[in-house]
Amino acid sequence: MDMDGASVNGSPAGMDRKRWTYLDRILNRPGPFTDEEWVPGEPNIESLERMKILGAGGLGCEILKNLALSGFKDIHVIDMDTIDVSNLNRQFLFRQADVGRPKAEVAAQFVEKRVRGVKITPFCGKIQDKDEDYYMQFGMVICGLDSIEARRWINATLVGMVDNDDADTLKPLIDGGTEGFKGQARVILPTMTSCIECQLDMHAPRAAVPLCTLATIPRQPQHCIEWAHIIAWEEERKGNDTLDTDDPEHITWLYQKALARANEFNIPGVTYSMTQGVVKNIIPAIASTNAIVAAACCNEAFKIVTSTNPPLGFPGTNNYMMYTGDDSVYTYTFEHSKKDDCPVCGNLAKNLEVDPNTTLEDFIASLAEKPEAQLKKPTLRTEEKSLYYQSPPSLEEQTRPNLKKKLSELVSDGEQIAVSDPAFQITFKFKLVFKK
Amino acid sequence: MLKIWSMKQKQQQAENAQPGKKKKVTAAQLRVQKDLSELSLGSTMRTEFPNPDDILNFTLTIEPDEGMYKGGRFHFSFAINQNFPHDPPKVKCTQKIYHPNIDMEGNICLNILREDWKPVLNLNAVIVGLQFLFLEPNASDPLNKEAAEDLKTNREGFKRNVRSSMGGGSVKGQTFERVLK
Ligand SMILES: [Zn+2]
Repeated sequence: MDMDGASVNGSPAGMDRKRWTYLDRILNRPGPFTDEEWVPGEPNIESLERMKILGAGGLGCEILKNLALSGFKDIHVIDMDTIDVSNLNRQFLFRQADVGRPKAEVAAQFVEKRVRGVKITPFCGKIQDKDEDYYMQFGMVICGLDSIEARRWINATLVGMVDNDDADTLKPLIDGGTEGFKGQARVILPTMTSCIECQLDMHAPRAAVPLCTLATIPRQPQHCIEWAHIIAWEEERKGNDTLDTDDPEHITWLYQKALARANEFNIPGVTYSMTQGVVKNIIPAIASTNAIVAAACCNEAFKIVTSTNPPLGFPGTNNYMMYTGDDSVYTYTFEHSKKDDCPVCGNLAKNLEVDPNTTLEDFIASLAEKPEAQLKKPTLRTEEKSLYYQSPPSLEEQTRPNLKKKLSELVSDGEQIAVSDPAFQITFKFKLVFKK
Repeated sequence: MLKIWSMKQKQQQAENAQPGKKKKVTAAQLRVQKDLSELSLGSTMRTEFPNPDDILNFTLTIEPDEGMYKGGRFHFSFAINQNFPHDPPKVKCTQKIYHPNIDMEGNICLNILREDWKPVLNLNAVIVGLQFLFLEPNASDPLNKEAAEDLKTNREGFKRNVRSSMGGGSVKGQTFERVLK
């Protein structure tokens, strides 16, 4: 037993290392899958301790605990939620007295107390509150976000940050997600391998009930709630209030409407918490699914940082693990391929040098002459402006005056434009750089 | 970690993409831009963009040239969110009309706007579906129950009611908006 502990060459605190005995067996000994050049011991511990890693979103408790117990020392966590009493059954870092406090903060304090030497920096807010400068400081991002929108956002941000001349700008993204008894863990190397946008078809669209069923023949308590949500609210309150699913008064109103309707159709079972669940589209979280998926994600992070074993996600290898616990336990791992026409990573913006005094019309003509593009009928926009649309006719008419304008009046130096053309499946992106 | 970067450098081509601080065209905008270029409106439909820079919000006008709703001019608002095409566009009829599949608030019962929406569908599929609602109102998916009953039990009477509602008249105690051209 001592043999492994003793082989930690010059480990900073020999005594403290005892906690990591099992980890050190992996860090200090080559295995059947380690690379020939791989050096056992200290460098791996150092990599772990130096790695600044960000954990975001719903799988927070599990991910934070796993990272801390895997030897990571500099962990940041983003979560916008506060602790609800209903979290206590599975989110084991929280206690009754913490109800109402921000999850990120409480989780950070708890783990710091339990795992000596780990530094956890919490931020209570949305991932969208932070910009590229913030994400640039991390070596890796691991997330268990609960919405597709948030996933697409972080994905596009990390893909957009990659600078081919700077290794530090490439941040591996490890994404875990669960829905009831199903889950997935995947690794994305932004710009190098299939991204979340490439994999959008892996997310089943939310199951919806036909509107006419809701309106005429509700059969389930959920139908009555959806009716209150979609139809009654619009009829009676739309003018005055926008629905805020976090406002108890709004939920109570919907609950009462749904209950009245359920009584009318003799449907039992409408409750306040069911109303909340349906309106916010909450799928029950299963503690075991979360634990498995978070463990898979943190395991990937550990393997990427230490090179002790082949991780998911290297180009040409498996990058996606799906898990189903519906009946028995099943996992399937495969390679999701990068899509050439992916709007986020398929065609990264190319620099294009332009004279700011050129008119948009002349610029469009020049695109037709470019050998690699040959765009005959291009439609162009920036994030902010519609520059020129070939169709539909009304938009063509509205954007036509732009043709006579100079580029400098329409775009700023370094701004990105998206160009699509009926002849091409993909949309081209250019970063316009003004000639000095 | 070092290994990843050496792979990246091998993968990397000559081109030079640099990150910019400026806002980038969003994935939803890219997709809508593509969908708009593939829209076939024909002579019975047209679009209007209150703010031409915002392609995610617009109105569609349909003027059916056959069927019971011929001669009418119907307006629909399209609101597309940043999660498009994962989420379907939100489409509403902005007028109060007498139609079995459209309620008084302008909600529309069209399968591809809700339960059958898939990201591979495009805006063209939606406008074709809307057009079809005026050619073949469907009594088996009612959103306006009275109108559906009417269509089911007395097709000729339903036609007359459609005509009078389109002229701004009342049907079964409800007054409708005049939508005739
Ligand atoms: Zn992609």
